[in-house]
Amino acid sequence: MKVAFWPGCVSKGACPELYVSTRKVCEALGVELRELYEASCTGAGVLSEQNPALADSLNGMTLAMAEREGADLMTICSTCQGVLSAHNHHFQKDPQRLAKANEVLAESGFHYGGTTKVKHLLWILVEDVGLDAIRPLIQRRLTGLKVAPFYGCYILRPEEYLGIKERPERKTYLEQIISMLGAEPVEYLGKSKCCGFPMVTMNRDASLTMGGNHMLEAKSKGADLLVTPCPLCHLNLDAQQPDAARVMKTKIDVPIFHLPQLLGLAFGFSPEELRLDHHVVSTSKALEKVELKV
Amino acid sequence: MNVKFVIGRYATDREVAGELGPPFPLPYADKPRKTYQTFDLDLPDEAMVLDGLIHIREYEDESLCVRCSCRCAICGSCAMWINGHAKLACTTKLRDVVQDGSVQIEAPPSVGAVRDLVWDQKQFWDKMRSVKPWLEGKQPVPRNEEYRVPNEAMDELVQEISCISCGACLLDCESFAVNPDFVGPHALARAYRYAADPRDAITDQRLKEYSEPNGVWDCTHCFECVQVCPKGVAPLDQILKIRRMAVDAGYTHNAGTRHADAFAESVRESGRLNELTLMPKSVGLFNLVGQLQSLPSAFNLLRAGKLPPIIHHKVPNWQRIKNIFKRIGGRFAR
Repeated sequence: MKVAFWPGCVSKGACPELYVSTRKVCEALGVELRELYEASCTGAGVLSEQNPALADSLNGMTLAMAEREGADLMTICSTCQGVLSAHNHHFQKDPQRLAKANEVLAESGFHYGGTTKVKHLLWILVEDVGLDAIRPLIQRRLTGLKVAPFYGCYILRPEEYLGIKERPERKTYLEQIISMLGAEPVEYLGKSKCCGFPMVTMNRDASLTMGGNHMLEAKSKGADLLVTPCPLCHLNLDAQQPDAARVMKTKIDVPIFHLPQLLGLAFGFSPEELRLDHHVVSTSKALEKVELKV
Repeated sequence: MNVKFVIGRYATDREVAGELGPPFPLPYADKPRKTYQTFDLDLPDEAMVLDGLIHIREYEDESLCVRCSCRCAICGSCAMWINGHAKLACTTKLRDVVQDGSVQIEAPPSVGAVRDLVWDQKQFWDKMRSVKPWLEGKQPVPRNEEYRVPNEAMDELVQEISCISCGACLLDCESFAVNPDFVGPHALARAYRYAADPRDAITDQRLKEYSEPNGVWDCTHCFECVQVCPKGVAPLDQILKIRRMAVDAGYTHNAGTRHADAFAESVRESGRLNELTLMPKSVGLFNLVGQLQSLPSAFNLLRAGKLPPIIHHKVPNWQRIKNIFKRIGGRFAR
């Protein structure tokens, strides 16, 4: 299948391992990525809150680019997913709002007809590719690994924008994938909660405590690692983990995997190919459990 | 339908001190303050969670404390944690929440409980009071008539006016869970209702106060409150409206506004986020303590080979994006 691909800023900035592993996994799956090189940052909700009309136009342009490709728009970031879904929802509910955005876009030669579907890689894996088609690609079962899913807020809430009312099973896709790969999903309250990233500059201690609590909860339930579909969660849980440990006054030491890194391991890619050696928190203990080294 | 109810039971202070004896039998008197007790019930398929709780109190254990009244989502009494998320027990169908034959019900740890499921509302009301949830009427008061406001002005407030003060948003608020001083979604939604009322005389003072630490900028934007509100108040949306009003009114000396400005500048000038400059600009370039606090993270990124490229790449045709900023205008257009 072919998708219009919006990688988001972070996968091309502080989480390059997400971009690299997405490319590898999608190639293995036969998902053709038509990357939208000229699309704008979604504004991560920050622009939407201060200037909705501006965010309407910027995201309207991305949606129009995907429409031009004649394919669904694939994201690999819960935050991009949330923002694009929200604007798409507003456009569908409020034709006037879409008309206003189109007025602005006309200058750049774009027009959004309102037909693009925005789908995170996680949804595409389950809904479009299908678990039955993924299963034969597994070369290395992740047996023995206990994996805690960490969804991040914007791929779950508000349910109205994300089609979760129609498809409540979207809240279980990570667990389904973890089980399919042979690993054991860890059940804990924090899986659908906030990593704290959006407030890290406003209230650092509160933000790090938030992430710290969820990681420690997962660890107390036996998790060897967390897997997340959101690079912003990854930043707060992996890159900030040493600081979170300081705030929590205890060791945390839980590696955080991006979703395509976990899949890639099962597909037989080496940890280096998936850049699992480029994390702040070492992934080696978790990898040893499936007899791999970095 | 057979359901196992797992109920978080809190003892009161006096019970813990051993001052109370019968008529309240205490299955957990010799245990820590909070314990879980299970009840196996057989209930009709259409039963609500509250039906189960009332059944327990009537037929299984009369000592169970539950706060409830109207049973139809009007009084706002029975918000509680059901499987770790806030819901009104009266409008939650049991069959929608039962997992593997059981459901867990408790007061969340962020508020504690007076007893059992009666969570302590003290913080809820203290926070509500702190935002001055009343109108300070503009002077002079119109003589021989009411204050008149156009209907459209009220349309904007209707959403918040639906609030029944059940506290579900506070029970699931993730900022409040880690920072008890955060004013909270319920209070800030109410705050918007008065700040945006054209009859209010102290809007400017309100915006200043709401922008202070533990106010609107301490919300982590997780949408939990939007999701759990049984009345569609969408507290987060109201918080964002206050942020917008406060920035427009000139209350910009805070990390939240600096973050938004730095974010917008980066997208405007390159089409994408510049992570390298966003953090220092949000913290404040002259905020030395803040800068030092974020240094270890930058160092960790560098060591892992994850530091964003020093030369920030612009997206192709980024001028198109800049033109959209110009065309829309406002604070971010420069």
